[in-house]
Amino acid sequence: MTEEKLNTSGLEIPKELENVIQLTTLDRIYNWSRRNSVWPMMFGLACCAIEMICTAASRYDLSRFGMEVMRPSPRQADVIIVSGTVTKKMVPQIVRLYNQMAEPKYVISMGACANGGGPFKEGYSVVPGIDKFLPVDVYIPGCPPTPQALLNGLITLQKKIDGESISKVRWYQKNVEEGIPIPVLGPDLMDPRQYDDISRFGRIQSPEIVDDDHIKNEELDENDTGVAS
Amino acid sequence: MNDPVDSFMNFDLISRYPGLVKKDQRTGYSGYIVEADCLVQFARAVRDELGFDYLSMITAADYYPDDLMDVIYLLYRTTGGPGILFKVQVSRLDSKVPSLSSIFAGAELQEREVWDMYGISFEDHPDLRRILLWDGFEGHPLRKDWKEPLFEEDSKPYKDRWPAGKHKRQEDLNPFKNNVSYPIGFEPEHFSSNNEKALYDALNKTSGNLNGSLKTDQIIVNLGPQHPSTHGVFRMAALLEGETIIDLKPVMGYLHRSHEKIGERNTFLQNMPYTDRLDYISSMSNNFGYALAVEKLMAVTPPERAEYIRVIMAELTRISSHIMTTGFLLNELGAMFTPSLYALEERELILDIFEEVSGSRMMCNYFRFGGVVRDISDSVIEKIRKLVFNRLPRKIDELDRYLTHNEIVRLRTEGVGVLTADEAAAYSAGGPLLRASGVPYDVRKAEPYSIYDRFKFDVAVRYHGDIYDRYLVRLDEMRQSIRIIQQAIHDIPSGPVMTGKSQYQPKVPAGEAYGRVEGPKGELGFYIVSDGKQNPRRYHVRAPSFINLTALSEMSKGEKVADVIAILGSIDIILGEVDR
Repeated sequence: MTEEKLNTSGLEIPKELENVIQLTTLDRIYNWSRRNSVWPMMFGLACCAIEMICTAASRYDLSRFGMEVMRPSPRQADVIIVSGTVTKKMVPQIVRLYNQMAEPKYVISMGACANGGGPFKEGYSVVPGIDKFLPVDVYIPGCPPTPQALLNGLITLQKKIDGESISKVRWYQKNVEEGIPIPVLGPDLMDPRQYDDISRFGRIQSPEIVDDDHIKNEELDENDTGVAS
Repeated sequence: MNDPVDSFMNFDLISRYPGLVKKDQRTGYSGYIVEADCLVQFARAVRDELGFDYLSMITAADYYPDDLMDVIYLLYRTTGGPGILFKVQVSRLDSKVPSLSSIFAGAELQEREVWDMYGISFEDHPDLRRILLWDGFEGHPLRKDWKEPLFEEDSKPYKDRWPAGKHKRQEDLNPFKNNVSYPIGFEPEHFSSNNEKALYDALNKTSGNLNGSLKTDQIIVNLGPQHPSTHGVFRMAALLEGETIIDLKPVMGYLHRSHEKIGERNTFLQNMPYTDRLDYISSMSNNFGYALAVEKLMAVTPPERAEYIRVIMAELTRISSHIMTTGFLLNELGAMFTPSLYALEERELILDIFEEVSGSRMMCNYFRFGGVVRDISDSVIEKIRKLVFNRLPRKIDELDRYLTHNEIVRLRTEGVGVLTADEAAAYSAGGPLLRASGVPYDVRKAEPYSIYDRFKFDVAVRYHGDIYDRYLVRLDEMRQSIRIIQQAIHDIPSGPVMTGKSQYQPKVPAGEAYGRVEGPKGELGFYIVSDGKQNPRRYHVRAPSFINLTALSEMSKGEKVADVIAILGSIDIILGEVDR
């Protein structure tokens, strides 16, 4: 990595004070310190977790980026690396963990399964992509992504952090965000945000109305544009 | 499949149970068909009088649209030799089978899996709950008439992709734009979820007071599914008194990715990369098991060079898996990450070889039916030679020197999590877990596959059945694997690596086959039923990690919470294989 210059003010600092004084913006110093101490949560799901471990080990050495401190507790973590297939049985726990993380928090979706279901997308017990529930910051392709790819994803996250402004970030805004509603395991996975849709389609497909194809199709079409989340 | 009992003795099972037991006459099938009424007596006779004391596999197969499901049992002797296969046929509408868990303790989790996937209920089962899915899930997914939400067609390749080439995304057709579906008339507002209740009820059934007169409270503690030492998303619900485990239930399914359902839609060859993702740190040996099973059906054998390459790759996999397990076991004992770093360093060198021969570090997808996908170059052989003649033996000795006589390691592991030889066989434990308990059962010797009968190696065995012995067995096995690779590197001939032409759509004749290998975790088997079409009718994985967990509860009882973590580490589970 190249030597980073914190001094962005453009003002000239006397030569003898160069190692002592830096003039910079608040955003720059705030982001600089955050991006170099991103602590991931110690949380592995599937095959990608093994590559995550390899990335933390000596050959690829995550600690070059200040990220070697894997925290088992979500309260102390800055980034959750969703490393593997997200199943319906697991997703309530993942959402709960995400809600428990302190702001600022980031989500990295690692590997094909977390991005969009990957090879297991068609499976009955698989959530096709963690972005159905969590706001993903960086997607890393691969099955599994190599350690180099994961490092590239983490550097991309650092770039994203660099671009943030302290006055605009969501966690300093007045309106406090509610956590993401935790999905419920019913006859199938239920997203509380979709309860209206679920009971609506439940009614449509109930035996009395199901013969009337016209109504059914109309309702379906309306949903195509309106309710997609 | 060879009939194991034909070649055996004049012990006539059929005339012993007249009208209740008959031979399986379907083409390509073998074994016996047993009436449900006499299943328990039959199994007991097979165990006690014929000596088949190791219940290897229980699974089922659905023959929809016929009103017929097979429940399949496969037993072996721990002294070696071929196994005995028998089936119970049940109706799809009213499917009940007596449970074998009173005879074979190892049946417990496997019967729960069959109940979960097929809805076949096992009478007198001690704890029949869903295992991979959650209580309240709608339907039994491996039944052939059960359709998943993103169902498209019964078999691949789907017509809209080939030959039509106009792909429609299936989730765009789903009203929720997601991989979900709900029963007709379902009202989520009135739904109240209590899918954990059955688990806690089952735990609370056990109540014992350890302290005699002193009255204490018992609490239930959940370890996992997000826990740093559960190797992924495994969960244990433990009933504690103080810090002592009174009862423990493994809870799994957090990584259940519909492997078998997808496998039954895939063509035979398409399943090969999926097997990589079962036990994702030993993909080569998963490939091996699946290739053997399908090769049995196709009746092809790979050429000599391919056999050698296969053995070399499978043994390298074993070393990389065991060395990683050893490192992580130390993690579990509290030596956070430093020993793992030593282990991972060696594993990287083996992964380099895998990457060079197959193109991928972890998901190798290297084996094909009748060979391997491409030849290995001389430079790779040279690399392997350097590794197995020089570096790896030194590194294993180094691990040995640092750990084996380490006082803390010995105090924490000796006499903890003991499984006796009888228990280990009864619980269907496999691999290092079984061999550390004093049962020298190794598929490579018990029923040699591929060319393992040509190599000189010993079956590693230890006799105390505790965590320490499991660690020692793994060390011994790595040394034996190095011995095998050294011989294979010396003898490897030149020549083709594939029998016949490589093809996308191999013709697989109808019938059933079971192929098994000694994977790093234990006996890894693939049970495949083909009906002559391009995709298997039944594709079942006998997952050693999953079946080894049956004994977890027994090993943990009476131990402390901290020891359970170490016991789990010594079983060496990989969640991709446990949950499939």
